[in-house]
Amino acid sequence: MAVDTASSGQRIPVPPHRDTLARRGSITLSAHPRLRLTLMLSAPLLWLGLIYIVALAALLITALWTVDSFTGTITRSWTLDNIITVLTGSLYQTVTVRTVGVALLVTLIDILVALPIAFFMAKVASPRWQRILVIAVLMPLWASYLVKAYAWRSVLSQNGIFEWLVAPFGGQSPGYGLPATVITLAYLWLPYVILPIYAGLERVPDSLLEASGDLGGKTWATLCLVVLPMIWPAIIAGSIFSFSLSLGDYITVNIVGGANQMLGNLVYTNVGAANNLPLAAAIALIPIVIIFGYLAVVRRTGALENL
Amino acid sequence: MTHLSARRTRIRSSILTGLAIASVALLTACGTGGDTGTGGAERSEAPTELAENEDTVSILAWPGYVEDGGNDPSVDWVSAFEEETGCMVTSKTYGTSDEAFNLMKTGEYDVVAASGDASLRLVAAGDVAPVNTDLIPNYEGIYDFLKMQDWNSVDGVAYGIPHGYGANLLMYNTDAVTPAPTSWDVVFDESSQYAGKVTAYDSPIYIADAAMYLMTHQPDLGIENPYSLDETQLAAAVDLLKAQRENIGEYWSDYLKSIQAFETGDTVVGTTWQVIRNSLAEGTPAEVVLPEEGVTGWSDTWMVASGAQSPNCAYAWLNYIASPEANAQATEYFGEAPSNQGACDFTVNPDQCEIFHAGDEEYASQIWYWSTPIEDCLDGRTDVKCTDYSDWTTAWQEIKG
Amino acid sequence: MRLSRPARGVLSIVTGLILLVIYLPLMVVLVNSFSTSTSLVWPPPGLTLEWWGRAFQSEGALDAVLTSVQIALIATLVSLVLGTLISLALQRFAFFGREAVSLLVILPIALPGIITGIALNNAFRTILGVQLSIATVIVAHATFCIVTVFNNVIARLRRLGTSYEEASADLGAGLWTTFRLVTFPQLRSALLAGGLLAFALSFDEIIVTTFTAGAGVKTLPIWILDNLFRPSQAPIVNVIAVVLVLMSIIPIYIAQRIAGAEKVSR
Repeated sequence: MAVDTASSGQRIPVPPHRDTLARRGSITLSAHPRLRLTLMLSAPLLWLGLIYIVALAALLITALWTVDSFTGTITRSWTLDNIITVLTGSLYQTVTVRTVGVALLVTLIDILVALPIAFFMAKVASPRWQRILVIAVLMPLWASYLVKAYAWRSVLSQNGIFEWLVAPFGGQSPGYGLPATVITLAYLWLPYVILPIYAGLERVPDSLLEASGDLGGKTWATLCLVVLPMIWPAIIAGSIFSFSLSLGDYITVNIVGGANQMLGNLVYTNVGAANNLPLAAAIALIPIVIIFGYLAVVRRTGALENL
Repeated sequence: MTHLSARRTRIRSSILTGLAIASVALLTACGTGGDTGTGGAERSEAPTELAENEDTVSILAWPGYVEDGGNDPSVDWVSAFEEETGCMVTSKTYGTSDEAFNLMKTGEYDVVAASGDASLRLVAAGDVAPVNTDLIPNYEGIYDFLKMQDWNSVDGVAYGIPHGYGANLLMYNTDAVTPAPTSWDVVFDESSQYAGKVTAYDSPIYIADAAMYLMTHQPDLGIENPYSLDETQLAAAVDLLKAQRENIGEYWSDYLKSIQAFETGDTVVGTTWQVIRNSLAEGTPAEVVLPEEGVTGWSDTWMVASGAQSPNCAYAWLNYIASPEANAQATEYFGEAPSNQGACDFTVNPDQCEIFHAGDEEYASQIWYWSTPIEDCLDGRTDVKCTDYSDWTTAWQEIKG
Repeated sequence: MRLSRPARGVLSIVTGLILLVIYLPLMVVLVNSFSTSTSLVWPPPGLTLEWWGRAFQSEGALDAVLTSVQIALIATLVSLVLGTLISLALQRFAFFGREAVSLLVILPIALPGIITGIALNNAFRTILGVQLSIATVIVAHATFCIVTVFNNVIARLRRLGTSYEEASADLGAGLWTTFRLVTFPQLRSALLAGGLLAFALSFDEIIVTTFTAGAGVKTLPIWILDNLFRPSQAPIVNVIAVVLVLMSIIPIYIAQRIAGAEKVSR
């Protein structure tokens, strides 16, 4: 409204405000920021709190119950058996180490691959190319997780494309197993890591880089001392995606992981096969603790604030 | 509760604390866990007569059992049923017996096609009801050797209609595995020859394959029925499978994986289904054999949920799918032997029944059909407790490691 | 940034190589959609158009795509509203528990899908006593999609500052008018980017979906999983994937145009 009068060039007085309900509400809200905050937060917090936190809390409580193996119903007597089983069982330790190793490796690979391409997109490519590259990175997201996983299965098979590519250099396909799992997962989550890093790099003003250059900073020094600290939160944001998505995956490892199983498989088997939700919930505590630990470490770097 | 309070201190937020308290209050008030209303082991009664059909029926089945043309217009036996009975079908498919067992707990399905490793569990959990076979005219045409077996009846009460059956055969790459194997030892004691290229079915029920092998090769263990193992016998089977694990390239549960692996040569020997052999590309050097120790196998059963919302439509489906035409269509598409002796006249491939040994009692007698291991030994022993399916599941996870 | 010529060259080559690796499996998918092999073995023994013909006749595939689009659209809308509210609250106010709220938003995506899946499954069925349906999938998807909207919007808000809003208020505009005419237009491209990611996330999600979908609810990933288990359907799945990738250019391109136009105008 105000914009219209200004552009017409005529000076007409701002019309007196009608005393509507909406108007009065607006005034009340302006005067009471706390009320405004409460109204704004209530819907999302009710959603997340009632749906998610309650569900999570219920699951954790279930870990303290047992299941009647004959009828498959849950007996609500308190016990720490499931937790103790998970903490002491060598199976769970082996699988946890394996899973965390895979997730870390996937995250590391994704960051290392994402950095150069995101940098090229944000700082080197022309606007036109920038647009094309963003599309090129986003497009594979739509090809369906399962289809891509099966495509990697085909690429990594005996006499597959991978072997055909590396054979001249004396290499051979890693076959199905953990290396294949790491490659496939890194591939699947790569766009989710490139995008935040790209967005982070875009926010680094070019003038800053030039200033560093003018002050005699070498390219490498500029990258390490100026750019990296600024995009660190973006890297963390990307790593949360790749780390947590890998941590809970059980489908890719089934397709290309050979005979290996990860934490997701154990949870899945206990829910699906054994119908033992309490034990599954106890196993689920492992990734929950790991993720909380990860977020706590990350929080100390201040990255969550800037996520 | 320790976790909740630990979480609470960590979060340190007024808002979240409020929510957490609210949720605990809610939890104590409403409770959580397994009781979905269908639980409990109470036996429901089979109906003595049928009423008018309802409007819909909800079916849970293996992929390829309930086809309405949606995936391939030429593969459709549901539309005819809908026209005939007025029961509109909604269906959900599952990938493993365990998933089926779990899905039935939701109480959303009227009918389930269950393999033997799920059926007894479903009965025990009270999720399925006895079936009055008198109300199903097409039951007459079913092969007698499939009726009233361990996996589809309890204490002489029928719990469903046999659908189709098949064997878990041994497949081998004819170039890599010579001479042609006649025993399962190529995947057990001799498997190191094919290290990294052996496959096995990815399910706790595969333990029975090892137990069956031990029946011949370690008779002093005294295994009478591979689904009825006491603790020592299970431990022996687990040891065998742990040794096998060293040489496993991958386990399979979806057959695309198995087909691919045999075609590319990533896998050269292991369990398979006849349909997988038939689906291999022409020229793939692979053959199947029924080894001398015998085989495990499946015989699937159509069962009715104890809380079925459309029991009449459910019976209509059981009758329809047991008819020679529908039974032929469904079992041929899936790749297994039909249960109705009249079905062989309706298969598209005139040799279908021969390939899958339908009605061949001699062949069928060598199959140990999947049954759910339970505490009461299936082989009739009363002096020991047998290991149950949850023990098998734990063992299976340990084996995979 | 002034990179030396060789550095730019190396960077271009690395970028090219990465893109090559990204597209290699997609090429496999494309070629396999014409393969005569029903099990997708490489190299294809022969080429055929059969699967493309059959894919377009497949009602199941079409229904599944529509179901997925429906779920993703509603979930994205819900997460747009909730995500914007949270980011406005967190960026414009300082309050006790602020950090906890931002943690709460990240949690559904930070915790592995299988945990979210079984937790929601358990909660829906036993605490709330509702039957799993298409609605439960939407609720679940919206829950973990909020974070993508939140990330984009809050980053934008941080850059914008509040001066325009203050000016608007000084000129007498009410809260709603200010949001509609001042804040929202500046957020549009951030909402678009967040919404697009949320849509993509929901569209391709399989793990949480498996645990929250009711009988008869077939999203595209579930349909694909089913069909990989069926004889002679696997190549059709590849056709669908190729079509989706090609069609995805449209929304991404539009989003880019809007974002690009805004950049120029500012």
